[in-house]
Amino acid sequence: MIGNDRLAVRKTYKLYVNGAFPRSESGRTYEVTDTKGHFHGNVAWASRKDARDAVVAARGAFAKWSGATAYNRGQVLYRVAEVMEGRHVQFCEEVASAEGLSTSKARAAVDAAIDRWVWYAGWTDKLAAVLGGSNPVAGPYFDFSTPEPTGVVAVLAPQQSSLLGLVSVLAPVLATGNTAVVVTSKERPIPAVTLAEVLATSDVPGGVVNLLTGDAEELGPWLAEHADVDGIDLTGAPAGRAMEFEREAAGTIKRVVRPPATEPDWTADPGLTRMTPFLETKTVWHPMGV
Amino acid sequence: MTHVLDPDALPGATPAVHAPLPPYDDVTRSDSAFRAFLHGLPGVDQVGAEARVAQLGTRSIKTTSKAWAIDTAISMVDLTTLEGADTPGKVRSLAAKAKQPDPSDPTTPQVAAVCVYGDLAGVAREALVGTGIHVAAVATAFPSGRASRAVKIADVRDAVENGADEIDMVIDRGAFLTGRYLDVYEEIVAVKEACGEAHLKVILETGELKTLDNVRRASWIAMLAGGDFIKTSTGKVTPAATLPVSLVMLEAVRDFRIATGRQVGFKPAGGIKTTKDAVKHLVLINETVGPDWLDPDWFRFGASSLLNDLLLQRQKLRTGHYSGPDYVTVD
Repeated sequence: MIGNDRLAVRKTYKLYVNGAFPRSESGRTYEVTDTKGHFHGNVAWASRKDARDAVVAARGAFAKWSGATAYNRGQVLYRVAEVMEGRHVQFCEEVASAEGLSTSKARAAVDAAIDRWVWYAGWTDKLAAVLGGSNPVAGPYFDFSTPEPTGVVAVLAPQQSSLLGLVSVLAPVLATGNTAVVVTSKERPIPAVTLAEVLATSDVPGGVVNLLTGDAEELGPWLAEHADVDGIDLTGAPAGRAMEFEREAAGTIKRVVRPPATEPDWTADPGLTRMTPFLETKTVWHPMGV
Repeated sequence: MTHVLDPDALPGATPAVHAPLPPYDDVTRSDSAFRAFLHGLPGVDQVGAEARVAQLGTRSIKTTSKAWAIDTAISMVDLTTLEGADTPGKVRSLAAKAKQPDPSDPTTPQVAAVCVYGDLAGVAREALVGTGIHVAAVATAFPSGRASRAVKIADVRDAVENGADEIDMVIDRGAFLTGRYLDVYEEIVAVKEACGEAHLKVILETGELKTLDNVRRASWIAMLAGGDFIKTSTGKVTPAATLPVSLVMLEAVRDFRIATGRQVGFKPAGGIKTTKDAVKHLVLINETVGPDWLDPDWFRFGASSLLNDLLLQRQKLRTGHYSGPDYVTVD
């Protein structure tokens, strides 16, 4: 039995880029506290160069992830939910600390986050049937449309809901076959770091998800302007900056998801609204013989 | 081995009578004398070399210095394609890229040369007429160098006739590693003669030489034999151009110029993929041999993917935002 004089093992929170856990290239860290202001830990403070490296990683992972069968992607995402379930207790503690929730409310949020992940995992192989289909055309063609992933999507994760909100914006990007560069909540990043550990130990290929702890205000413009980012979700953009980010994103005609005026109730049924923005429709005209 | 030891046996060849520049004009008088000379070169402190390049690698090159370094590096690139699947069309598109690396920005400098296999040198020459861009061809049974000397000489002549004005030869690593240094030397001399007016770059294939001491010895053999450039690697073997290897070879060209007065160029090739790697090499040159070598006539990068990364960084400096691979050509 270890006595009470045991030294605590302090954890060093790092970024998650290309399947590895690097420190920030800048060497910066910042302090994270719980809602009562007690010190919780130092986390890496991602710089624009970390964002650049994350985009390179996401681009590198895109061919494999988007090329996987929808069924396979669904299995991989379901596996993520399984591993999250195994970390349930840890998630509950971290969400309670980060958001100042009671134990039961934190548990409800974690349950909802895992359920949300399972729900999106189920969507991977149903999207083509729901959003695609054959089109009646006036000619001797079999004409059909299928949804295809847009590419690399930058996600500014919600600032308030540290896990359920994060899952609600990340899972739809992955389920549709895109790869993601996520800037986590600035003040509540710890559950996101744990989610990174879950992703690293499930079957998600390295680079498909890259999680940057840091400031969306600082990284947002770089990601919005980045020529190799195909879409950006501005949900966690700092107040008043979203319009500016959207203008910067227009330079490379990115898909943009605008932020709601206030952070939505993440427990509500999201429907397809978060999956369709990062899908492109491919239509094929196939000649029909006699 | 089927070396043709007597160059007179080759049709039209003249005997390779060649002595190194003074004060080394007698070191090749015999196999044992040459070996004694090469093994008498100062040994390389490998740990020291690695520490030196690690320290130089931390130099921070930013803003205007970075812009200068990127443009300088672009002008030093030997844009290379050495694949079995190379076609005249691919060489022509490479030549077009060499002339105008970034079509969206006409201020981008041209590269130094296009490097191809000998049979495609004519295509490259035709596509580059009047541009001042050199045509380099690899020869001497590249990349292995496993052929008789007659075949290697014929390979070189063929490349030169096709229009190459720079020849990248490989040394006989088998002969080097078995200690037949004079064979290696004589072969370079013979190839140099077959080159005629064309510049000769001697590839040491440092990844197969194993030690930095061997790299230093091979560098000296190549320089004594009259090579105009020494080049690290074929790009077909890893490790290729590592910074410690570059340091040793740069020290060799520096020492050689001090001793003989003749300047020899240096070309790292293979494994240099990022702007950061390229800038580290520029720093290494400046600190080891000085600005005399910071010129495409004396320093080249053998690379294919490096150019795209240089262009992406250049676009970043110009536009203020990160660019992506969609904004440069694939090859």
